[in-house]
Amino acid sequence: MGMARSLWNFRGFVRASVARELRLRYAGSVLGALWQIVSPLAMIVIYTVVFSQLMRARLPGSDDPRAYAIFVCCGLLAWTMFAEILTRSQMMFIDNANLLKKASFPRSCIPTIVVASALANFAVVYGVFLVLLALFGHWPGWPVLGAWVPILLFALLAFGIGVFLGIVHVFFRDVAQVLGIVLQVWFWITPIVYPIEQLPRAFQAWIAVNPVTPIVVALQTTFVRHAWPHWSTLAWPAALATALLLASLAAFRRQSPWIVDEL
Amino acid sequence: MTSVIALSGIGKAYRQYAAPSQRLVEWMSLGRVTRHRLRWVLRDITLNVHAGEAVAIVGANGAGKSTLLKLITGTTQPTAGRVAVLGRVAALLELGIGFHPDATGRDNVLMAGQLLGYSAAEILARMPEIEAFAEIGDYLDLPLRTYSSGMHVRLAFSAATAFRPDVLIVDEALAVGDAYFQHKSFARIREFKAAGTTLLFVSHSAAIVKSICDRAVLLDGGVLVRDGSPDDVIDYYHARVASQTLRYEMADTAVDAGVRSGDRRASVVNAGFVNASGTPVEAIRSGDRVTLRVHAKASTRIADLTVGFVIRDVLGNDVFGTNTYHLEKRRFGVAQDEEFVCEFAFRSLALGVGHYQVSIALHSDMTHISGNYDWWDRAVTFEVIPGAGVHSIGVASLDVGCRVAPVSAPVERVAAQ
Repeated sequence: MGMARSLWNFRGFVRASVARELRLRYAGSVLGALWQIVSPLAMIVIYTVVFSQLMRARLPGSDDPRAYAIFVCCGLLAWTMFAEILTRSQMMFIDNANLLKKASFPRSCIPTIVVASALANFAVVYGVFLVLLALFGHWPGWPVLGAWVPILLFALLAFGIGVFLGIVHVFFRDVAQVLGIVLQVWFWITPIVYPIEQLPRAFQAWIAVNPVTPIVVALQTTFVRHAWPHWSTLAWPAALATALLLASLAAFRRQSPWIVDEL
Repeated sequence: MTSVIALSGIGKAYRQYAAPSQRLVEWMSLGRVTRHRLRWVLRDITLNVHAGEAVAIVGANGAGKSTLLKLITGTTQPTAGRVAVLGRVAALLELGIGFHPDATGRDNVLMAGQLLGYSAAEILARMPEIEAFAEIGDYLDLPLRTYSSGMHVRLAFSAATAFRPDVLIVDEALAVGDAYFQHKSFARIREFKAAGTTLLFVSHSAAIVKSICDRAVLLDGGVLVRDGSPDDVIDYYHARVASQTLRYEMADTAVDAGVRSGDRRASVVNAGFVNASGTPVEAIRSGDRVTLRVHAKASTRIADLTVGFVIRDVLGNDVFGTNTYHLEKRRFGVAQDEEFVCEFAFRSLALGVGHYQVSIALHSDMTHISGNYDWWDRAVTFEVIPGAGVHSIGVASLDVGCRVAPVSAPVERVAAQ
């Protein structure tokens, strides 16, 4: 509770840090904040052209040429946020070493800034995605209102894992190498570029253990099938995210004095 | 009186592992195995600072001063003991914390203030004062990377001290910037002190400690060895520790290394300043009567010997130098194996506050070019601390007076616009 209150007292600092990060990312460029929109737009266009037009990939049971592109994009955009939080989290204490050593402020600000700026980035990308869906007549209707649940779960899961990674990385610099490999494997054992139904039955059960699978499937259900996700499938990632969050905050509180000494 | 800062039995140790894998072993065992050694940097420090006190922490490099400040600031946690600090603490452990080179000065001020826990509205309300104090003009709205280091310091200090804290912790951060701004920042610190801020100050400068603080503590090897008035503690420090430290720091700042050359037909045995009662001194009050005593020895008979010295400041600039030939208008001779003492008496050492070094030369002629027997750079190091004279800057402490009076004929003024 103390952690939450001190974080609230420093909300101005958190907000300013997130704003600065967004602003400085494109500082000195001519288009500035426009790049924030241009890069996801380019990604979506590339996937659409390559998969729908060139490879003529189709989702099973659908002959809509754009369905597969939408399928890939909704999973990939969310995965990008997940991966961004993880990669930034593992570096967060090392990158802010001087701040941690020389300034007295709630240490919980650091992971909060990482997650908040990743979410802010994602909000822009997500906005572009929604606008394109509406323009091309693929608006999912009411189920779009439920999409925030899997997205937030995804961010929460990344936060829980990220804090652990950040702590461990301070003591063992091997984390950066390991994370790169793990993220690659994890990406391919998650049904992002392939529909889970296309896997052999035996694999499907294994893939479902992956806590990210129900999250991605829920998004695909919303944006491809225009249906509400099966809420019960999200129970497992929700439980895991909550457990990880509590455990990582406890570890964070225990380890933060040692983190500063080690930096 | 209540203690604003209460340290009871503080100890700080860092864990040391032979290899990173040793820590992994410890983690895996869930605390059943210990594979680290503790390296204690502070031990059993008990210190109470009352509201409004200004306390200096002095000690050699590595004595634990900065660690102690970090513990009080709260950026690091003690391994043993308890730290209690009341009120809002501002720490100038480093100027410009949280500054980003690509953001404008104004943005950085906002950020630095919020890092101290103030709201954007509070900082914006103070912005005119911060701007006025920093005196960097239009640069405030330019990215920080376009600033000179002096402007950077000015802005950082103005931002860090925009609000008067209950406790101000300063770690040598002010030893930067130009003389004008340094003076201005000390004036602000004095203002804070007058308004009731408790001060904690780490400095190597005896002058600063004596002029700002009303109490000093000496740390040596992580232990608090003395607590008392600044004069008392500094004198003790100089007597016990400074002889090595001062030389060490001199070596750090001097431009050239302490070279010694010459054929050693005559050589300096030792040299140093003594006060009026003949006691060796290394800290001299500006304007004091002191004598530079050179103890030397000849290995052969020398008919024409001259002893000279030059005082240099920390940057290596010559401040003052002369020799026995110029003073006495004669050379003197010494017998083989004769030891002798040459004394240069200063009726008033008119040097400004700061660190100085003395080079001693024994040579044959009126200059040291021909017949160099012994030339010892930085044979003596000493510090000049404020004396009874007026406050001044620079290496010279000139005897000066002033008079302010209205001009007899009124000067015609340009009408205000």
